[in-house]
Amino acid sequence: MSAVENRPVDGGPPVKPVRGRGPSLVTRLLESRRLGWGGLALALAAPLVIATPYALNVMTSAAIFVMLAVGLNIVVGYCGLLDLGYAAFFAVGAYTSGVLATELGLPLLATVPIVVVVTVLAGIVIGAPTLRLRSDYLAIVTLGFGEIIRICANNLEITGGPSGIYGIPGLWGDALGPAGFYYATVLIVALAVLLAARLGRSRLGRAWRFVREDEDAAEAMGVHTYKVKLAAYIGGAIWGGLAGVLFAAQLSAISPASFTFLWSALVLMAVVLGGMGSTPGVVIGAIVISLAPELLRGLADYRFFVFGVLLIMVMIVRPQGLWPHRSRETPHTAARSGEAAE
Amino acid sequence: MTLLQVRDLRLAFGGVQAIDGLSFTVDAGEIVSVIGPNGAGKTSAFNCVTGFYKPTGGSVTLDGAPVTGRRPAKIAGLGVSRTFQNPRLFGELSVLDNVRAGTHLWLKQNVFDALVHTPRYRRSEQEATDEAHRWLDFVGLRGDRAGLVRHLPYGEQRRVEIARALARRPRLLLLDEPAAGLNHGEKGELLDLIRRIRELGTAIALIEHDMGLVMEVSQRVVVLNFGKEIADGPPEQVRQDPAVIEAYLGRDADDAELAAAREEVRGVEG
Repeated sequence: MSAVENRPVDGGPPVKPVRGRGPSLVTRLLESRRLGWGGLALALAAPLVIATPYALNVMTSAAIFVMLAVGLNIVVGYCGLLDLGYAAFFAVGAYTSGVLATELGLPLLATVPIVVVVTVLAGIVIGAPTLRLRSDYLAIVTLGFGEIIRICANNLEITGGPSGIYGIPGLWGDALGPAGFYYATVLIVALAVLLAARLGRSRLGRAWRFVREDEDAAEAMGVHTYKVKLAAYIGGAIWGGLAGVLFAAQLSAISPASFTFLWSALVLMAVVLGGMGSTPGVVIGAIVISLAPELLRGLADYRFFVFGVLLIMVMIVRPQGLWPHRSRETPHTAARSGEAAE
Repeated sequence: MTLLQVRDLRLAFGGVQAIDGLSFTVDAGEIVSVIGPNGAGKTSAFNCVTGFYKPTGGSVTLDGAPVTGRRPAKIAGLGVSRTFQNPRLFGELSVLDNVRAGTHLWLKQNVFDALVHTPRYRRSEQEATDEAHRWLDFVGLRGDRAGLVRHLPYGEQRRVEIARALARRPRLLLLDEPAAGLNHGEKGELLDLIRRIRELGTAIALIEHDMGLVMEVSQRVVVLNFGKEIADGPPEQVRQDPAVIEAYLGRDADDAELAAAREEVRGVEG
């Protein structure tokens, strides 16, 4: 391929690539890699401001919710597959670790590898038959699977039926107090956010976006769309399942009532509100969705009404989400390699 | 050496026989044009070759390997790349990301590399970026490469689509009406681009309505009408073929119309 060179076309004007204006200061600040560290520092500093048991509990729930939203973002945001039954994976993770910990007496951390295996299997079992469907049909079927998992938990003996499982140990037995558990959760969730973002910027992550944009064109470029979609589903399942482990550790008791359709809807809302496919957006969306009802407690009976009105207003003002995804071309990648240093 | 062999291809949509016993070959490094009136089955034939349609009969072999009815990604994996009649780009992604799609099949990077950011990850990402720039240079893209592809003008989007197909490093490139909607100057540049692609050693199958372009670049021309092949040969021979002239005009044409049709088939000479 020696003929590859930038030579002007005969008779035409010389070919000169045009580059866009450089990003503004705000854009550079918002896309800085240090932003993630800033967010983590904020989360770690929060207990210094307020550390009542109630506040720690709310903040821990918010962190777990962030992990769920980042996991669903792999499926919905990156790959464009509308999943209305995401709580299913959350439930599979929570129940697997809960059952293993209470029945076999395993420490919770020891259940993690098994949880990963089980959620991957759940992702394959739910994904393999449904991923041949497109858009609306997929949404309906995933909604069905979400309910099936919950109803199974409600009726099986090993899951404790409607009353669920109680007495689940904490992450390190009971060695961590509420503050310790909060810090551990924040660190685990931060790692999960980082890894999900890295997946999004990889060869596989690009393939997911190609599938979202145009399945046929992706297929023509050699992307095996079925396998790639299944990979997104499995990724989402792992993130959701591990969030389930944290959830079980936090509450020490789980029941089918914890995994209703409302959960799936709220996680999806966090992804859409924040900006589909955008990691910082989805993190902020999740924090807003999980903290807003708590902050609105002063309004008593009106709080969910006000919450709903706020969500509708945000979607009218910013339909693309609070922090929409921007294609990531740094000045380094936007320039040819030889010119990158300029 | 025969790269693509299509034998007795048949495709029916319900009762409509879109392709009715089509056979043609493309040799390595050759440029073959497929022409014919609207609805003759040209794009359907391309879709059968690239796996988007499952033919109801006949066979497609690539370099001796049967690929009939396999999924498009598998056929792309064997070194076939294509563009679409209407550009089908990934609109919400950057121009560079669109071309990086072509690197998907050969970029050496797995999930572990991506999660841990191994040196191999950095190397392969740099390689994908360099490759994207290289092919955008090759097609002579004018426009912002970091911006969204849907913000580019139509003619430039066509270039990006060809760059994406080339980044696949194909042995066979199928171009479906690459000149449609291009102005005179852009057609001239496309002609030059097609020649430079052939210099890379890539075989090209081309569907095109612009006869000037077809006669200029093709080594062989295959003419379809009603899903059947009515002529196959070098451009000089095909343009004299009475069956071809008739297909483009119909049987009852008077002499003046026939002369006009000959002009049309002959295209812009010189």
